[in-house]
Formats: sequence, structure tokens, C-alpha cells
Amino acid sequence: MRLIMLATLALLSIAPAAQAIAPSEMLSDPVLEGRARELGKELRCPKCQNQSLDDSEAGIAVDLRRIVRERLVAGDSDAQVKDYLTARYGDFVLLEPPVKSTTWILWYGPFAVILLGAIVIWRIAKRNKARLAASGADPDDDDGDGWEITRR
Amino acid sequence: MLLKRLPYILPLLIFAGIGVYLWIGLGHDPRILPSALLNKPAPEFNLPPLQDRARLDGKSEELPLTTASLATGKPMLVNFFASWCGPCQVEHPILNDLAKAHDVTIQGVNYKDDPRRALIFLGQLGDTYDRVGRDQDGRVAIDFGVYGIPETFVVDGKGRIQYRHPGPLSPEIAQNTILPLLESLK
Amino acid sequence: MTVETGHFALIVALILALLQSTVPMWAAARGNRELMNLARHTAWGQLICVTLAFCALMYAFSRSDFSVAVVAMNSHSDKPFMYKLAASWGHHEGSLLLWILILSLFGACVATFSRGMPDPLRARVLAVQGLIGVGFLLFTLLTSNPFSRLLEAPVDGNGLNPLLQDPGLVFHPPLLYFGYVGMSTAFSFAVAALIEGKVTPDWARWARTWVLIAWAGLTMGISLGSWWAYYELGWGGFWFWDPVENASFMPWLLATALLHCVSVVAKRDAFKGWTLLLSILGFSLSLLGTFIVRSGLLTSVHAFATDPARGVFILGLLGVAVGGALLLFAIRAPTMEGGNGFEPVSREGALLLNNLLFATAAATVLIGTLYPLVLEAVTGEKVSVGPPFFNATFVPLMMPMLAIMAVAPLLAWRKASALAAMKQLWLAGIAAAGVLLLVVWIGGAGVAGIIGMTLAAWLAVASIYAWVRRWWGKGALGRLVGLPLEVHGMTMAHCAAAVIVAGITATSVWQGEAVKLMKVGDSVDLAGYTWRLDRVYDTIGPNYQAMRGDMTVTRASDGSTVSTLHPERRFYPVAQQNTTEAAIHTTGLADLYAVLGEGNPQSGWAVRLYYNPLVPWMWFGAAFMALGGVISAAGKIRTRRSRAARAAAEVVA
Repeated sequence: MRLIMLATLALLSIAPAAQAIAPSEMLSDPVLEGRARELGKELRCPKCQNQSLDDSEAGIAVDLRRIVRERLVAGDSDAQVKDYLTARYGDFVLLEPPVKSTTWILWYGPFAVILLGAIVIWRIAKRNKARLAASGADPDDDDGDGWEITRR
Repeated sequence: MLLKRLPYILPLLIFAGIGVYLWIGLGHDPRILPSALLNKPAPEFNLPPLQDRARLDGKSEELPLTTASLATGKPMLVNFFASWCGPCQVEHPILNDLAKAHDVTIQGVNYKDDPRRALIFLGQLGDTYDRVGRDQDGRVAIDFGVYGIPETFVVDGKGRIQYRHPGPLSPEIAQNTILPLLESLK
Repeated sequence: MTVETGHFALIVALILALLQSTVPMWAAARGNRELMNLARHTAWGQLICVTLAFCALMYAFSRSDFSVAVVAMNSHSDKPFMYKLAASWGHHEGSLLLWILILSLFGACVATFSRGMPDPLRARVLAVQGLIGVGFLLFTLLTSNPFSRLLEAPVDGNGLNPLLQDPGLVFHPPLLYFGYVGMSTAFSFAVAALIEGKVTPDWARWARTWVLIAWAGLTMGISLGSWWAYYELGWGGFWFWDPVENASFMPWLLATALLHCVSVVAKRDAFKGWTLLLSILGFSLSLLGTFIVRSGLLTSVHAFATDPARGVFILGLLGVAVGGALLLFAIRAPTMEGGNGFEPVSREGALLLNNLLFATAAATVLIGTLYPLVLEAVTGEKVSVGPPFFNATFVPLMMPMLAIMAVAPLLAWRKASALAAMKQLWLAGIAAAGVLLLVVWIGGAGVAGIIGMTLAAWLAVASIYAWVRRWWGKGALGRLVGLPLEVHGMTMAHCAAAVIVAGITATSVWQGEAVKLMKVGDSVDLAGYTWRLDRVYDTIGPNYQAMRGDMTVTRASDGSTVSTLHPERRFYPVAQQNTTEAAIHTTGLADLYAVLGEGNPQSGWAVRLYYNPLVPWMWFGAAFMALGGVISAAGKIRTRRSRAARAAAEVVA
């Protein structure tokens, strides 16, 4: 389940690049730098009012961006880099909250809503279909709304 | 009958639920971050000392501030400060009072600061720290999970972090939170 | 003196609002026509009073009267005059007064442009509107008085946050509040209907106009805010899923569902419960947004200064208004359903699905926005819910939406043939397939990019094709002119949606970026253009110092000049703050975007260059969409008058 969600997340990451990065901070290895930028988008500046690491110009954001790059150069995986930061700042610093028992409602909530909604919709549809049959009105006799829609 | 009405009552119930949490949320400050290191040992570090301090005991040799300095059996405070930080100036008299009047041991960490300016700061406002370590690049602060200056940590006798106060200390916090906590840790 | 007049005017407005919220409601139950019409007069009275008060505030700002507390907090003598005026609403108290001004404007409009509306309905709608006014006026007078004086006036003010010193401040809040307040009118209509105990197609025809205007306002307000963030904050992002942004987006989502539902009530006498609920919830989310911004509940770059005491008041307002309305809904709405039913595959069925998707989307955004708060209240744990969450949950909901939007206008009411509808989409299918191949060939788009562009093409072509089909053929011009305006409005809005989606997708997947250290004379190649830094020099503005760069952008292929860009880095000494002013040149198909960072002549300047494909489509699309809404609103009014005229003619004949 988690894998599906992570895959969905990866596939559907529609977010344009947004940063306050200075050229001096960037790594020379483009692969590592690319990973650093992705991580910068997924990590939160602990001090700022709701900005990602990449977006913030605050001193601590600059420090943390540097640390992210150091850890990547040292060979850490993305998950390890995140662990390094959450060990110090808690889950708060992850813009994508981890999927654990305390965040089930968050991650599964939307599914539950659409499921519940779908049930409600289905029942409404059933009720209206019955109502149509009971009313005896000719379903093909569209009252007409001036839009001249053809049926067949 | 009730089942039929349920979809109509549901919005009201959900709204009431949300309202309760909004009410509770008003009492919280969203900018305060709880420490991720609560009940965990302080991180490993070894900071060079701030030299040439005007020590009250007249000794001239400064010792580095290390993790071991925090695990002496006596609960103590760790205070991150800098000369360029305005709120640090505001809170400093409170630290002095804690150290002198209440016999609290306070270890200072001088964060990203010029040593000369730090000495002037301490000279003007009073130097009641036990040791002062120099965190020139701010790494130790990050290891502690510091996100703003000043910050003060309460550490127990075994060097475990028990409490973190972000921002400057106020007399109320010192009186009502810090001192009782230090007492209970003895 | 003017300030005290303003204060007094607000108190008078409160008295009028109290009258308006009680007497007409009572009179409507009694059938007392004179007292019902009192509402019209009180509505106009309120407008006059609040306008007076607002002018008094603006006057204080224009004269830099620092004895007035809010002027001292938010203005400065050096500020350019336009921003001195705009600062009237660039802070909590003033923006609240703007809210109330627009509220009274809407009230007066409802009072005036409602000749065919039955008196009791109008009286009840204005009474509820008046009640909302009472709430906000009390809030202002008791906790957020813009007219409070300082005992010792400072020599000069604190100045406005430099980020707000921008034309965006002039337009974004008023338009956004148009939207929020419009939702309050829809709310008033819904509550009035619940009190009356009936929802009729005529009611819907009246309410629809206000819903459309509110929706158009929200659309423009949100997109202006997004555009402002895009060019002001300096790194080309336009949406951050910030709590305050979400607070404006959620009402918009529900308003979109609502405008479809209210049409169904007008035409088919169905979807009544939905319409009532969406009206109530739409306004609730507007109030929730107000609450979030002004109470210090959540951290956000947008939030006003935090004050939990104010939060308590707004929460109370929320409780009374929303709680009361939802209670009324729970009690009365079950008996108000109607209509003759419909098959699942039909226009109604598609709109039902539409409701589901939009409601789920709004619920998802709500869950994500409030979750950190709820979790902290329960466990003390702090988590962050940022763009990754919202992108992962919201985007998948929009995809089926876009697909269905293309089909729905082709479906007949009551019972439709899905096959017949799909047959009419052959051209859209070809277009979509073509775009899909094109996008794959261009490369670099990823799955999301491919789906986004394909759906945009599918929707655009389907909408245009459906529209053309309605009037093409012999006598085309006559048919085109004779079509109800809402057909044009709908087509515009749906096409605009496709254009916006294309813009968002393209700029997300194909954005070109270059972050470099440039010395004077250096060039950077990006996206087929050569960007050369010609000069960096100091310059001065009315209340700021700046470092400005001259950059020339030429086409790499033939060296022809495209534009000269002048990015700036400003420093405002009063506020002690830096802002980056990005330089943007739009080609209509893309934006060339340059930002100047720190640096010096020796080692060079940190320069960030972006090529944002199809970004202009987002802003034009949003404006086009809002225009479609306004055109639809205009259309219905005409129909209503001709219907009334027809009825009158029948009576006479």
C-alpha cells in the first residue's frame, strides 16, 4: 500500500522548481545535485513560516541545505538523509508526512471520503432512477432547455 | 428513519468535531517545535572553549565543552547564544540570576559568533556560564535540533535532554518551568 | 475628526444591521410588506455608512495620520502614495473593514437588483445578510477597531511589509473578498430558503447570479494571488499549498460544484439538498479561511499578526452562523427534495459525479490543512503537510474530472446515451492522441505530464466542438447569437480550465532553469536563448535602495534580441527587509524569468534564470474562466426579465 502511494507520489509530482539556492551551494555532480534539490523540496525549513528548504533564505535553511549535500556526497541514501534530519528536528521537517499509525487518517482519509461519497452518490442515483420509473414521465422527452442537444 | 436523515446530520456533526479542534488549537503556538531529542542523550560533540573569559574564580585555563560536560550527575542548562542576537541580550540577566541566586549550572554555546564580540557581550552583560563552547559553523546546534537563537535546554544528571525552550527565557518560564524541572531532576 | 466620524459611521452601520437582521425576518413571517421593505433601506444605509467609514480610514492613510494606530503600524511617510492608500487594507483591521464594505455592497445590490423576487424571500435573504454584517461589525468594533488612536503619535510609521508594496495588493484582496462575500450571499439565499421551507426553480434563478459573481470573484482573486506570488517571491513558484492559499481554494472548489447544482435546481428542480449544503459549506470555508488567517492558528507566510483572542470571536461567529445553518439544514432539508428523477447515465448523473469529485477534493485539502492542528491537539506531535501530500492526493482527483467535463455537456438530461455522446467526441479523441504523441516525442514530461497535456487537449477540443455544433450550419450566425449566454459562458470556462491545466502541467514538467554565478559580460544559454548580463548597478526608489541588473536576452538561433530584463534586489531601510524583484518577459507561450541574487563584481552575481513554458496560459486562462462566469451571470438575468415580461404580457392579454 505504501509502495503504491509512494509510486503514485513519484509519478504525480507536479511541482515546478522553486528555490533560493545560490550557485555556490550547488554540487558539481548533477545526479547528486538533482537528488539534493528533490530533497530540498520535500524538507521543511524548521524556523520559517511554512517554506521548504529550497524556498527559504533563512540561515538555518542554508545550513541544512549544505548538510543535505554533505550527506549525499558521503553516500547516504535519500531515506538516510531524511532520517538524519528527523532525528534532530522530528517529523515536522518532512513536508510529506510519513505513513505511520498517527497519520493514517491523513493518508487514508481522502480514500475514505471518496468511498463514502461514492456510496452516497450511488444511493442517490438509485433513488432517482426509481423516482424516474415511478413518475411515469417519458425519459426521452427532454423538457428542452434551449441548448438543442441531440440524443442519438 | 434516522439512517435516512444521516446524510443531513453528518455535516453538522463533522463541523462540530472540527470546531472542537479549532478551539483547542487556539491555545497552541504553531511556531513552537517540540524537541526531537526529548529523553534522549545529548548528541556527541566537542567544542573548543571561548578563551580569555573574565572568570570569577580567577582561573585562566578554559576547558572544552563536550558531551561529557553535561553528564556530571547534576542537572544543568545548555544555552545557545550569540552577540549579534537581540533576544539573547534580553534574556541574559535571567540566566545570570539562575546561575547566581539559584546555583544553576549553565553551559553556554556561542553560535556562529566572533570570539571578540562574544567576549564584549559577556563582559557587558555578565558571564555566569560554567563553560562556553564555540560552535563556529553551527553544526552542534543542528545536532541539538536548534532552529533559532536563543534556545535553552534542560539536561538531567545523565546528560539526557529533558526540555527545550525556544526563544528567550522570561522570568515566568524560569520560575515556573525551569527551576521546578531542575529540582525534580536532582 | 474624520477618523471619529468613521468610527461613528460604523456604529450606525451596526445598528442598521441589527435592524435588518431582525425586523424583515419577523415581517416576512407576518406578511407585513412595509417592514419587509425596510430591509432595502437598511441595506443602502449600511452601504453609505460603511463607505463613509472606509473613506475615513483611507483618508487617514493618505494623510499619513500616525495618531491612528493602524496607520502608524502599517504605513510610512516615504511610501508611494498608491501604497499608502492600498495599505488601508494591507493589515487585519483595514482588510476586515474592506470585507464589511463589500458585504454591504452586495447587500445593497441584492436589495436593488431583485425586482422580480418575492418580497418575503428578499426580506429573509437581506435579514441573514444583515446578521452576518452584525457579526463582522461587532468583531471589528470590539476587537479590531481600525480607528483606535495612539495617545502619543509617533513621528513616523513602521512601514508596510515590502512584499506588499506591489500592485497585487491593490487588486488581490478586493477581488478575493468579492468572492468570499459573494459566498455569504449564496449562504443567505440558502438559509432564507431553509427558513421558508422551500427551494424553487425561481429561487435558483435568483441565487445563481450571485453564485456566479462570487465564483468569478474567487477565481480572479485566487489567480491574482498566485500570479503575485509568482512574480514577487522570486523563484517562479505559483502555488505552495499554504494553509491560507488552501483557505481560499476550498471555497472555490465548493463554489464550482455549487454553480453547477444551482443550475440544475433552476432547470430540473433537482439537486436541492446539494445546492443548500454547498452554499452553506462554501461560506463556512470562507469563514474558516478568515479564521485561519487572523487567529494565529497555523503558520503561514500569509498570516496576519496572530491573535488568539480574535480567533475566539471568529470561532464563535463560525459556530453561530455555520452551526445554526447546518442545524437548520439537518432539520428542514430532508423534506425538500424533489424532481422527477433521472437515469445514472445522464447530465444529472454526470453532475452528481462532479459533486463527488469536487467535494472530495475540498475535503482532501481540508484534511491536509487541518491535520497538523488536530494531531497536535490529540498527541502533541507535530507533523508538516506540504505540497507532496497535496499533489499526491489532489491531482489524481482532477484527472477523471477533466475527462468527464468534456463528455457531460453532450449528455442529455434525464436519460442519455453514453455511446451517442462518445461518438461526438471523435475529434477530441484525435486531438488528445495527437497531443499525447507530441508530448512523448518532446520527452521529459513523465506520466503526469503526459496525462495532463492529453487531458487538456481532450477537454479543449471537446468543449469547442460541442459549442460549434450547437450553432453551425445554415443560419449559423442567428443561432450563435440566439444561444443562451450561459452556453458561451460554460464553453469559455471549460476551455479555460483546459488552458490552465496545460499551463500548470507544462511549467511543472518542462521548466528550464539555470542557477549561475555571472560576472558582467557573461552569458548563459537556456532554452534556446542566450542571456547576457550587461551591467549591475545601484539605484534608488522612493523608499528603498536597490541593486539592479541589465540583462539582454537574444535568440540563440539568430542572435535577434528578444528583450532586456532588469531584475532588482531591493532593500527597504524602514522595514529592514530585502525583496527580490524578478524581471519577466512573456512571449505568450512562455515566460523568461530572471532573478538577481547576492554577489560582487569580482566573483560575480548569483543569477537565477528560468524558462517557464505556458505559464502565461495560466493567468490568461483564469481571467477567461472568470469572464465566462460573468457572461453566464449576465445571461440569466436577461432570461429572467423576459420570463417575467412574458408572464406580465400573458396576464394583460
